[in-house]
Amino acid sequence: MNWDWDVAKDFLPELGDGLLITLEATALGSVLAFALGLVWALAFRSPTRFVRWPVAAVVEFIRNTPLLVQLFFFYYVLPTWDIKFSALTTGVIALGLHYSTYTAEVYRAGIDGVPRGQWEAATALSLSRGRTWIAVILPQAIRRVVPALGNYVIAMLKDSPMLALIGVVDMLQKARAHGASSFEYIEPYTMVGIAFILIAYPASLLMRALERRLGH
Amino acid sequence: MATETPHTNPAVDGSELIRFDRVTKRFGENTVLDDLDFSVSSGKHVTLIGPSGSGKTTILRLLMTLIKPDQGTIKVDGDYLTHEDRGGKLVEAGEKHTREVRKKIGMVFQQFNLFPNMRVLRNITEAPVHVLGLSKDEAEERARELLDLVGLGDKCDAYPTQLSGGQQQRVAIARALAMRPQVMLLDEVTSALDPELVAGVLDVLRDIAHTTDITMLCVTHEMSFARDISDEVFMFDSGRVIEAGPPEKIFSEPEHERTREFLSAVL
Repeated sequence: MNWDWDVAKDFLPELGDGLLITLEATALGSVLAFALGLVWALAFRSPTRFVRWPVAAVVEFIRNTPLLVQLFFFYYVLPTWDIKFSALTTGVIALGLHYSTYTAEVYRAGIDGVPRGQWEAATALSLSRGRTWIAVILPQAIRRVVPALGNYVIAMLKDSPMLALIGVVDMLQKARAHGASSFEYIEPYTMVGIAFILIAYPASLLMRALERRLGH
Repeated sequence: MATETPHTNPAVDGSELIRFDRVTKRFGENTVLDDLDFSVSSGKHVTLIGPSGSGKTTILRLLMTLIKPDQGTIKVDGDYLTHEDRGGKLVEAGEKHTREVRKKIGMVFQQFNLFPNMRVLRNITEAPVHVLGLSKDEAEERARELLDLVGLGDKCDAYPTQLSGGQQQRVAIARALAMRPQVMLLDEVTSALDPELVAGVLDVLRDIAHTTDITMLCVTHEMSFARDISDEVFMFDSGRVIEAGPPEKIFSEPEHERTREFLSAVL
């Protein structure tokens, strides 16, 4: 086993292309997970159980089945119902939907953590329900859960190589393709691993610092 | 008074502003208010005293619709608060109706409850802008005047956590006043303050009590303050009013044995 710098150099541009896809999938997946998670969290607090119960059931179901199964389901089953997306879009939807069930819990904890006095003050000022959520409750709830949300972004980043299995050309897929055509494996896979560390480790340090700053 | 435009202060005509009619409130097995009749006239400053658990704070929380009565009705300025008159039948009020009636009421809490994510100025302008529909400029002008009134004109841009408890409570008073309520509910507003900060808050409230027509309902343990600002004092015990009258009478020559016991314990 010898490390060949020329191979590494050859693979570098491909790694860069794959990295962009990996980051794109993670970023879009995060946006979806943040938005959907908030929808679930608000639905958990709906006054009608006809909203609360079905949402809770769906969220539990998604959280307790593997992401890979969901990914294959979306990729292979949806097209048979004439719903067709690109591999990347399918991957982003699966990733975002799966992680939204985790961010929903994070939001829920954040919302529960807002003191009751804040709701009472909003009532005393006759703020509408919508205004109370937007101006008072959510800014406080989200502020205290930013680090927890960030940790899920890192988790999504590390789960994103699963998208290679449905043909998304991310870093992992680039490495596989490179190996398949050249039989050079060490350099591409090692570089992919290093690329993940270089992003994930500083990101997790950042989250820890944020957590300290927000006083947790 | 029902036809009055929303942004003017009500005339003090001594008419009945708040009326509790046979109100009962229970928390589990515990009956906190027991078939209570209670009324406050417009413009009056009323203090509720009595041992803890006697139902004083419950009255304020019912008025602010933070809790609902189990039985009985509450009227504010002639309108039912938690009920609606639909074709002669009294039904539970919708949120919209309750919110309209509630606009006449402001509340200051023991724990201040300022919004920590907003600067002081926005704490005060938020509701006037989004509930009363004031323009941002109008609301800010009003807020600055009120901050001057409570002696915090230089704190517009501070966040609540940067202020002392006493300062936060004075901002909370300004925030409640910014809605131009007809009634102010003061729920043990100095109980959470360090002793040296109490006087500043009470001075502000005294000032408001003596210079405005606003109706005040206070729950307090500050008896000298109660004596100073009250037109009428209600003594509560076990969910009922056992004695009521002007402060000179209640504090100097109480009739009821329980009132005498209570006052000798707190004075």
